[in-house]
Amino acid sequence: MKTKTFTMGGIHPADNKLSADKPIEELEIPIEVQIPIAQHIGAPAKPVVKKGDKVKVGTLIAEAGGFISANIHSSVSGTVGIAKEIVGTSGYLEKVISIKVEGDEWEESIIKSDELKKEITLSPDEIQAKVKEAGIVGLGGATFPSHVKFAIPEGCKAEMVLINGVECEPYLTADHRLMLEKGEEILVGTSIAMKALGVDKGVIGIEENKPDAIKHLTKLAENYSGILIQPLKVQYPQGGEKQLIKSITGKEVTAGALPIHYGLAVFNVGTIFAVYEAVQKNKPLIDRIVTVTGKNVSKPSNYKVRIGTPLKELIEKAGGVPENTAKIVSGGPMMGKALTSTEIPATKGTSGVLLFSEKDTKRADETACIRCGKCSTVCCLGLQPFLFAALVRKRNWEKLEEAHVMDCLECGSCSYTCPANLPLVDLIKLGKIEIKKLREARKK
Amino acid sequence: MNDLFIYSVLTLSGIGAVAASILFVASKKFKVFEDPKIDEVEEELPSANCGACGFPGCRGFAEAIVNNPDDFDSFNCPVGGNDVMKKVAAIMGKEATEKEPTIAVLKCNGSRQNAPQKIIYSGEQNCALSHSMFSGESGCPSGCLGLGDCVDVCNFGALYIDEETWLPVVDEEKCTSCGACVNVCPRGLFEIMPRGKDNKRIYVACMNTQKGAAAKKNCKVACIGCMKCTKVYETDSVKVTNFCSYISPDVDVENYGSAIIASCPTKAILGVNVEEQKV
Repeated sequence: MKTKTFTMGGIHPADNKLSADKPIEELEIPIEVQIPIAQHIGAPAKPVVKKGDKVKVGTLIAEAGGFISANIHSSVSGTVGIAKEIVGTSGYLEKVISIKVEGDEWEESIIKSDELKKEITLSPDEIQAKVKEAGIVGLGGATFPSHVKFAIPEGCKAEMVLINGVECEPYLTADHRLMLEKGEEILVGTSIAMKALGVDKGVIGIEENKPDAIKHLTKLAENYSGILIQPLKVQYPQGGEKQLIKSITGKEVTAGALPIHYGLAVFNVGTIFAVYEAVQKNKPLIDRIVTVTGKNVSKPSNYKVRIGTPLKELIEKAGGVPENTAKIVSGGPMMGKALTSTEIPATKGTSGVLLFSEKDTKRADETACIRCGKCSTVCCLGLQPFLFAALVRKRNWEKLEEAHVMDCLECGSCSYTCPANLPLVDLIKLGKIEIKKLREARKK
Repeated sequence: MNDLFIYSVLTLSGIGAVAASILFVASKKFKVFEDPKIDEVEEELPSANCGACGFPGCRGFAEAIVNNPDDFDSFNCPVGGNDVMKKVAAIMGKEATEKEPTIAVLKCNGSRQNAPQKIIYSGEQNCALSHSMFSGESGCPSGCLGLGDCVDVCNFGALYIDEETWLPVVDEEKCTSCGACVNVCPRGLFEIMPRGKDNKRIYVACMNTQKGAAAKKNCKVACIGCMKCTKVYETDSVKVTNFCSYISPDVDVENYGSAIIASCPTKAILGVNVEEQKV
């Protein structure tokens, strides 16, 4: 099939997919897990267990705190400990439910076998309820509650389901491995999403640097009606929601609009696998695939990790922290977040743990911006990062807002490209913080 | 040639005369009355346009005073202080009430020595951004980040970052207590408080809300909420909420100041011109 791509901007960073040929390994269950109650966008979940309660794998331990929120289930069996706060991915203390592991006993309702179940027996409403109950959120990293995407707002009609198998972030290989090893499940999951939304067309977009995944899924998709595999050009940020939509359908999602306004629903392959498990196996979201990698890591790997496992366990399994490590990042190198501790637990949004040496992360000295415009050329939204930088440094927030800084998705292409090494994304983030303050003040 | 010269002069003078008469009539007919006192008051103000008074610039403040002469007592220019307000009162024909001079204080003592650096932040050197990323290089989620947003925003050059402690220092001479630093600090670590009698004051230099043990891990001089200071001065002026003590400015510094400072086991209470009691 012909390769497609988006038209505006984009960069080509070295992909460094060191763990692409490493099969997914199941990580041993730790002695204690710390499960944060806010792992998703929206309201934090409300704990429903207390100290001393016995839980099994899959027991509900915190229920959604609103429509845009998600249930949280125990990923292990054992005893709930005292309520406490530990440092999380946000860099601040976060409320967690800690569970001391005793054995590995699962809820009876969960089907543990790996056997493929193709037949979809549930109705669309039942599927949506199941996804909500299972606490599924977008596993690409944004962690937006998935059941919200199945609830079509009034006046909109879904036409197509898009599955994001792009994984355009360098280093990460979790989705790639999942597509190779759980191809059938992903296709059944896609069919489930199509049934739930009442559409007969599904497209799985995969970047061309994963030819084995494209070949594998294309072959399998012959047995599924309405599902197409679309190879996409290697171009960061191909996996951005708006970019993926533009690449596959040619439609441009305007600022402030949602994909559903254009008849589209976009899910990550990891999310769709979780949907499959929830609907066909009755299994809530209790584990995910995490890539642990870095140029100096002795065993870059992909692990299937129970939510709440401290990241140091993953790092140790991959050969420990290399000697000259300067920065540990959760997520991809372009949009991920530096971690402040290795005690931080894996959450639903942890797609990767990257260990970088000082050489890899050192920021080059900043020189003067000469307005060469390279940042605008690579911006996938056609924004002007150099202008943002100048306005932020002059603290001219009103002008900055007029320049549409709030539309920026912080993909990092501009910072990557800037020949003067301006910290463009840093400045844009700062501008967004100040504009949010300004908007709050205006409301008053 | 001569004719051309005369005609040009005459035409231009004619246009000038007509325009002048139009302007004269317009200025009489469309004149907006403005109290001359506004200019007089503005003249006396410090022209810092800092907004500390709550009005958009000194002109806005002058207009507000002149237009609301009955509420004179509610207006205050903290930058100009009592001297300026006295002069303004004279113009307005009012009596200025003496207001206590105030100053900004930093309620954190988490210097590099007291709260050692555990993580290195390498992003843009800005407190608001750093605050949105993580709890800080020492790990304290309420402590000073030391990147100097307050220094940037100070119109009077009254703040600078100490190179050894990495904390901002308030210059007593220059601080006008305009409150710009209070508004800009993402962690709200500045407080405008009275300079105190004989420039003596005490305050709790900590705002963390963690339990004692957790706070101690990040900072040697954190308030641990032990309540000892409340035993020395048993009124509502010294109280502990959320594991952090707060000493209000109305505390009797003269008689109890040094005793309160001495009661703190972590030295989280700082005094200005107050000696610690020798035990």
